Amino acid sequence: MAKKLPAVDVVLVGFGWTGAMIGEELTAAGLRTVALERGGWRDTSTDFAVTFAQDELRYMWRGHLFQEPAHQTLTFRNDSSQTALPLRHLGSFLPASGVGGAGVHWNGQTWRFLPSDFVLRSHNEQRYGALSQDMTVQDWGVTYDELEPFYDKFEYLCGISGKAGNLRGARQDGGNPFEGPRARDFPNPPLEMAYGPTLFGQAARDTGHTPFPCPAANMSRAYTNPLGVMLAPCTYCGFCEKFGCGNNSKSSPQTTILPVLMRRDNFELRTESEVVRINMDSSGKRATGVTYVDTQGNEFEQPAEMVFLCAYILHNVHLLLLSGIGLPYDPRTGEGIVGRNYAYQVVSSVDVFLGDRILNPFVGAGALGVGIDDYNGDNFDHTGLGFIAGGYLACWNTNGRPIEYHPVPKDTPKWGSKFKKAMAENYLTTATISTHGAVMANRGNFLDLDPTYRDARGRPLLRMTFDFHDNEHRMSDYLTDRAVDIARAMKPREIHAKKRTGHYSVVPYQTTHNTGGAAMGSDPKTSFVNKYLQSWDVPNLFVTGSTVFPQNAGYNPTGTIGALTYFALDAIKKQYLKNPGPLVQL
Amino acid sequence: MPDTLQRRAVLLAGVSLLAVNAVTRSQARTIAGGVPWTPGAGDAPTAEGSLKFFTPDEAAFIDAAVARLIPADDLGPGAKEAGVTTFLDRQLAGPYGHAETWYMGGPWHDGTRSQGYQSRLTPAALYRTAIKAIDDHCRQAFGGKTFSTLSPDQQDSVLTDLEKGKFKIEGIGPHAVEIEGAKADSFFSVLLQNTLEGFFSDPIYGGNRDMIGWKLIGFPGAHYDYRPYVGQHGKKLPIEPVGLRGRPGWMPNQS
Repeated sequence: MAKKLPAVDVVLVGFGWTGAMIGEELTAAGLRTVALERGGWRDTSTDFAVTFAQDELRYMWRGHLFQEPAHQTLTFRNDSSQTALPLRHLGSFLPASGVGGAGVHWNGQTWRFLPSDFVLRSHNEQRYGALSQDMTVQDWGVTYDELEPFYDKFEYLCGISGKAGNLRGARQDGGNPFEGPRARDFPNPPLEMAYGPTLFGQAARDTGHTPFPCPAANMSRAYTNPLGVMLAPCTYCGFCEKFGCGNNSKSSPQTTILPVLMRRDNFELRTESEVVRINMDSSGKRATGVTYVDTQGNEFEQPAEMVFLCAYILHNVHLLLLSGIGLPYDPRTGEGIVGRNYAYQVVSSVDVFLGDRILNPFVGAGALGVGIDDYNGDNFDHTGLGFIAGGYLACWNTNGRPIEYHPVPKDTPKWGSKFKKAMAENYLTTATISTHGAVMANRGNFLDLDPTYRDARGRPLLRMTFDFHDNEHRMSDYLTDRAVDIARAMKPREIHAKKRTGHYSVVPYQTTHNTGGAAMGSDPKTSFVNKYLQSWDVPNLFVTGSTVFPQNAGYNPTGTIGALTYFALDAIKKQYLKNPGPLVQL
Repeated sequence: MPDTLQRRAVLLAGVSLLAVNAVTRSQARTIAGGVPWTPGAGDAPTAEGSLKFFTPDEAAFIDAAVARLIPADDLGPGAKEAGVTTFLDRQLAGPYGHAETWYMGGPWHDGTRSQGYQSRLTPAALYRTAIKAIDDHCRQAFGGKTFSTLSPDQQDSVLTDLEKGKFKIEGIGPHAVEIEGAKADSFFSVLLQNTLEGFFSDPIYGGNRDMIGWKLIGFPGAHYDYRPYVGQHGKKLPIEPVGLRGRPGWMPNQS
């Protein structure tokens, strides 16, 4: 029997980026707010100090900051004809557990999506005609122009290092010429550039592209954000993604919001508290709060006026399905919303062996790199190419952590003296060009509940059915070919193009950019939330994060997650709190 | 050489786990007159001491195998000299060996390649099972010799067959029989991955002794501030490698 706790105004399910942002804004608006986090408290000086943060085995390979599949995992299959089997250990993506969520162990690559990304279906149909029937892509119901002030707000919260390419419509030299217009430049200048990305930038320019320093949540200088929280200059230690920053140099909830939020009298964080159910009243139109379980197995009911799902996408969708909220998606009929339009990222790379030029790959930061956006979104004419959308190409100096990074030329044996010699010869002198492609929603890709496998609490696991389709394969091949063009212009000794081939696999790490399952939009038949992230059916329930992406763009998701969250908060503060109810009338 | 290497049918998960516990041993020892490690060597108390997981025969197998995967040669010491056997021993005796964080609930199916590891064996049980099976195979194929007593060429041919999936180790999971080569869950690819971990991880874990792996490629280790070096394009940096516990120059030498 659950113990019923005193009601609060706001309950946050999960305490990563969006939970911290919402907690900060709504406590400032005077609301009593409780955050429930299944993992533990984590902070820079106690949990990832510089005296032990640079430990590749512990954090990357033994997953110290990640979700443990023994506690919670999901099952996976490539298509509906197969039997889904559990991810017994993590691989392709790395959800977090604990305060700060994946905002602790991300790289900090912080992009804006293109204006055309938000009107993906209508834009592409208008320019190229009807799309494939299986492609269930849609417009977001929100525009770039509406989001711009909130991209800005998130970038200033984080102290993003970068260079504007488009200020109020005026092109700026040195920035990304394809980006949507910005009201002002980034809060911090670009990071100092390492050699490999610099060579890539020169070759990209020589081949007719427009390179720019990638936007980074790694501080190029000391920075105090609008909340008054100070971040330190990045030291280029090369331990960002999969690691916590020991130096307060990477934006995370801990380094940008929590020092302020944790002091507020009307805020309370409960760690080791896992939400197992969203509770509904008998009408099915109102959430009454959530039920959660602590590590001793004690069950609590937390009533709240507003419920925000702020966990990782996979958990948000899982919780909706377990709570019976919304119609689960059925791929046979195409009906239903929850679990629909699950998408991901399609990546490939080209290793560029430079032979005699020493690059020092270990002098790195998570978002230290030079990119080009010439082949992202609809920045290029797709006529005759057989696909829509695209991705960026970038040469990053994120790290030289040697278990993960020891590039060897194509056809090198995987072990023995030749392998050892190849590692020794190429470690310091190899650059890698990455392609980072969009994934379009497809009617065969979705999330639902597994009929067989159960988690430690006896609940059905989430089941993922996903594969890359023609659009992804053609796009990724095209992007990889363009990366080869630039690689050759770097005048290498040799290159190794690693095209993305075959079925999607959960084995190798790719990206933690899972998206969708409770899409946003302007039609309740094809979206779970409206443009303000508010459930159409349950107006006091909000869903945040990449869970609401109708399909994925060719960028890392965090910048857009931040913008959507602040955009929704603005409407909640201005409209909803005065008059709780649907923010969009049909 | 037989295509199929027979393994006695005792390898249900429960049996294997019991076997792991039954065979694991830690030998008694006395420490007196100083710390049980060499000052100035830049490595680890954890690198010393008796085996915690492997039997002596298993350790001999691992010594021999990792010495072929990353050999000592004219470029310098290899995985055996770097202490990869000690690293693996500690890893398999600990949470990794017991798959403590893995989802190990049934039912069990072979699955497709893209579904990843679907064996019911923990890493510890996988090693124990595979080493015995490979040694049984070697005895049969090489006149009673175990893997560690074969010539390097013979060892390479056994490892190559394992890598290419040319023979099957029953009971360690379905993909070991596939012919395309190393799979995510085949013993060979797990051994190779763990060997790289032991060769390149921080010396606190017992491998990468004296930072042998890092010195081979030029990785400076656990530095946390490279600001002076970002703009030094094309230059080899004059940085000695350092581990989480420091480096030899930071420790007093024996008088």
